[in-house]
Order: sequence, then C-alpha cells, then structure tokens
Amino acid sequence: MSEEINYRKVIAVALADAMREDDSVLLLGEDVGAAGGAFKTTAGLFEEFGPRRVRDTPISEQAIVGAAIGSALCGLRPVAEIMFADFAGVCFDQIANQLAKYRYMTAGQAQLPVTIRMANGAGAGFAAQHSQAAENWFLSIPGLKIAVPATVPDLYLLLRAAIRDDDPVLVFEHKNLFALKGSIPRGVAPLRLGVADIVRQGNDVTMVATQQMRHRAVEAADLLVQEGIEATVIDPRTLIPFDDEAVRASLEQTARLMVVQETVQAGSWGASLIARMVQDHFELFDAPPTLLSTPNTPAPYAAALEREWLPSVEDIRIGARELVKW
Amino acid sequence: MTIGVEASASLDQGPPDDAAALLAMMLRIRMFEDKVMDLFSQNLVRGSTHLCQGQEAVTVGVCSVLRHVDTMTCTYRGHGAVIAKGAPLAACFGELLGRAGGLCRGKGGSMHFADFSVGAIGSNAIVGAHLPITVGAALASSYLGDDRVAVSFFGDGATNIGAFHEALNLASVWKLPAVFVIENNQYGEYSPLRSTTPIDRLARRADAYGMPGVLVDGNDVAAVRSVARSAVERARAGQGPTLIEADTYRQVGHSRSDPATYRPAGELDRWLERDPILLLERSMLTRWSTEELDTIRQTAQRDVDSALEMALAMPEPTLDEMAKDVWA
Repeated sequence: MSEEINYRKVIAVALADAMREDDSVLLLGEDVGAAGGAFKTTAGLFEEFGPRRVRDTPISEQAIVGAAIGSALCGLRPVAEIMFADFAGVCFDQIANQLAKYRYMTAGQAQLPVTIRMANGAGAGFAAQHSQAAENWFLSIPGLKIAVPATVPDLYLLLRAAIRDDDPVLVFEHKNLFALKGSIPRGVAPLRLGVADIVRQGNDVTMVATQQMRHRAVEAADLLVQEGIEATVIDPRTLIPFDDEAVRASLEQTARLMVVQETVQAGSWGASLIARMVQDHFELFDAPPTLLSTPNTPAPYAAALEREWLPSVEDIRIGARELVKW
Repeated sequence: MTIGVEASASLDQGPPDDAAALLAMMLRIRMFEDKVMDLFSQNLVRGSTHLCQGQEAVTVGVCSVLRHVDTMTCTYRGHGAVIAKGAPLAACFGELLGRAGGLCRGKGGSMHFADFSVGAIGSNAIVGAHLPITVGAALASSYLGDDRVAVSFFGDGATNIGAFHEALNLASVWKLPAVFVIENNQYGEYSPLRSTTPIDRLARRADAYGMPGVLVDGNDVAAVRSVARSAVERARAGQGPTLIEADTYRQVGHSRSDPATYRPAGELDRWLERDPILLLERSMLTRWSTEELDTIRQTAQRDVDSALEMALAMPEPTLDEMAKDVWA
C-alpha cells in the first residue's frame, strides 16, 4: 500500500532515505537545518540527522556550492540547496566553471558526486528574480546532468538517482507543484537518469513538456479528445541526458511535434530538442514543429500578466489543432 | 590583533638534510619555470602561462609541513605549488606540452595542474574560485573525523573577490581545518596592490573572519615553514583556519604577454637582492660548503633536464581522449 504525500514533502522523504542508506550524504544550504528549509522541503531532517549532516550555511551561494565540490573531491556525497534557482546566478562560476569542468580538466582524477537542489519556475507571483526556469542556463555546459521532475514519484526517484549518481546533477523542484499529490514509490526499481515517461499515448501529435507544462499538456490532451485529436505526451524527466529515442519513436506514429516550455525560445531545451529532431529525423515530419514558449520578457509579477505569460492549456489546444491541420 | 612579522626561524634547528631538501625543491621549481619560458619561445606551449620565479619559498615552505593526504589547491600560477606538493616533473612538463603522459593527460594545461595522488587537488584559472572548494575539502576532513588539512594558495588580488569573503567566513564559522595562504607578490595582474586595495597588510583581513592573520617574509623559507607549521597544527587540533600573508615578489610579468614595464625603476633589483634561493643558500653557508651547494644545484638541473626530455618523448593524446572524463 503506497503512502499519499505531496510534492513538497516527498523531498525530505527522499533525502532521509538517501541519508539512511549512505553515511557520506550530507545536506548544505541556507536554513535547511533548524528551520526545515525556506519551503519546508527539509523539515524533520535536522531532528533525525543532526547538525553534522544537515548544515545551515550563511547566505553564501558560492561557498555552498564550492564546499559541496570540495567535500565531494574528498570522498563525500553532498546535496547542496540553492533556495531559488535564480540564485544560481550568484554561484554560476562554481557550477559552470568548477563543478562541470573539474573532472574533465583533471582527466578523471576528480570525483564529483554532487547534487544541487533548486526551487524552480513561475506561476506563484514571485516576480522575475524568483521565477526563472533556470535549467535552461545550464544546457550548454558539458559535465552537468539536469533533472526536472513533474510528479511525486518522479521527484522521489530522480532525487534518489541524482544522489546515487557519480556525476553532478542539478535537480529543479518546481515551486508551483508543491501541493501536487502522489504516492511514494518505495520498493520500485531505481530510476535511470535519461529515461522519459510516456504519460499518454495518441497517434496525432507528440507533445513534449516538463514540470508544470507537462500537467498542462496532459490537460489539453484530455480536452482534445473531444475534437478527435489524440496526443502523446512525453515528459523527458531529465534534460541531460535527454531521451531522444522516446521522441523519435513517437514521431514515427504522429509525424507532428510540439514542445511546451516555461521559458523563452532562445537557448532553451525545447529549441535544442527540435533542432536535433529536425536534423536527425527530418523524414519523420509531416508538419513544421511547434515550440510553445513564454513571451520574450522576464516573468511579470501581476497575476493577470503572469497568467498570460505562461503557456496555458488553451494555448496548447490551439497549437495542437493547427499542427494536425497539416 | 594577531598580525605580526614572524621572525626568521633558523634551519640550524632542523635535521641537516632539511635545508638541502628545501633548496633542492626551490631550485627544481625555479629551473622548471625557466624552462617553461624557453618552451614558450619555441612555441611548444599553447595559450598562456603564469610563472612564479621569486615566489618559491612560499609554496615550498608551506608544502614542506604537509603530507600527501593533506590537500592543496592553488591558482593558475600554480606550477610551483603542485611541484612542491610532490608532483613528478616529467608529468608536469608533459601537461604543459599537451602530451598523453601529462598530469591530466594534456586536458588541463598550464593553468590546471593537478595530481590527486599527492594531494594537489586542483589549480584554478578563475581568481579565488578554489577558496570555497578548499572549504569543502576541509569540511570533508571535519565530517570524516580524520586529520587531513586543506591548504590553499592564492594571490593578493584574490582577496578582493567575493569568493574569498564567503570562503573564509564559512571556514571560520564551522572551525574547519583549513590554511589560507596569500602569496602577496605585490601585483594583481598589472595593477600594484595599493591601487586596488585600501589597506597595506592583507593579513589584517583575518580579523573580519575571527581567525588569526599572520604576516611572514615570503622570501624566507624557514620563516614560512615555521608559520605554516603552527597554522597546520592549529587546524589539525580543531582550532580552525588561519590566514597567512606571505610577502614576496613576482620576478616576471603576469603572463606570457606581459613585459611588466609598469614596475618602478629599481624595484625588481631590490627584490632580486632578496631572492628566496639566494637567501637560503647564504644562510646554509654556515654548515654547507659551496661545493655541496653546487652539487644540489647540479642535481636539480639534471632532474629538470631529464624530466623535460622524458616529456618531449611522450606521445600526443589520441583523439578518443577528447570524449573521455566528461562523465563518470
């Protein structure tokens, strides 16, 4: 009998299970300890594991990530928390130049089993400096893996997989999904990074979406059935590595591709996916691919503006209708 | 206030081979760097390089009190530190030359020497970025309850970058076994310290982090070693980090392309009179003959020459090397 829990609370469950399994796992971050986390995602861990393993840091993102890197080089398996993913900008050097490149520059001498957790994304009115879908910043830095869980079981499994992984993994926890319910997938096989979830099958169009856009794509797909349009929805779950094969296989059936993402087009994972698919599998396409993105602006604050800024269920429906006309 | 110039400790108090070992290591580094200049002029080294002639007493003095299990991070001016920590000369030359037998199989180059087997866990080409990483290395020692110490070398310029502040603050608040060593060579790239920094003694910055700050003559290897030994013992005893400012001088330009014309007339000459190798040799003459010192010098030269010969014979990396080591 699986236990019902929400997306916010399953984080501490996954972290606690990882810490019980492996003594070299420790947590670092601002208010992750005694306060239980700014989003209460680490609640209870300080009480169970104490201040040696659940470490409150100063507001020093460079030191948090650097300390994670240095401790990993010396045998630990740290999990660092960057409170809002936007704050990755403050420690961009540590992630982009240090964490990602260290193994390569030292020809494999450096071991970097580092997990960095960040609260990601828009939709809750945090305005532009607390709402970025920041995973897109890290797409062009070889050496980093990127996980973008959309559901409770995926968050549990991806976080466990990230911590066990011997490469650095950035795990983006979407703030607007914190209340989402689901079950803890205990006793199931560990998830391999790079395996997509085929959320829904249909022969008319392939939709690829992550995090809150995945849920909107599923909602749109359910409505499209009434119009006689059957969509496949693929959640890649990780952006690096990316399960290109799942998308290619679906295109064999649908010949139509729509990517829905919570960011601008430029430098995005969706643009990269479309480029790869068109370049490698041009023959599969019966229609030009659609990339549904946000307007080319920072995330606005006002509810009326932010609602319009994010791709909506209706936007996805309209996009799918246009695609199947081809 | 703990700042104060450490009086020169006499090498006479140590075992007789101590001074010889220190001199040999300083000479190897000096001769290595001189060879690197030659290799550059022959176009055998790519990109840029940053040499440390004149600063040898700092890295040699500190590393002489470390074990291989103690970790050391340093800057892109790091050949000397990595050699002082025990990396083999041939593999160092091999790395510079981009050869398969280099420390990092030719994938790091001049600015990224690393030899984890001797505790040299990284030379960093981003100013100050290795300071937070040093904190992490010290955190691992503290977490695992072992007695390893994490040491970091960095320039005077790095004390003005944010990572310095974050790293020293965190190391101190967690009382970690770290030793931070400023190689104050008087210039941050092309700019003299006084034009970028409102205080004249960088060791004073330790006060802001609640840790001892010690100023030492960085051209006096015995004094450096004495200060380093106290800091390492303090770290190992769980008393937390120390900031050491070693006053020294970069006898060459910032990098390959810098003739260092911004230096006031006479400044270099004054520092050359206090060349760290010269000072050590002079102090050794009470117990060593000139012939014995010559032998040490010749041996060092022979070691460096034969290491270079070995490196020049190393093959270039094969193309399959490119895709290796991105992932575990």
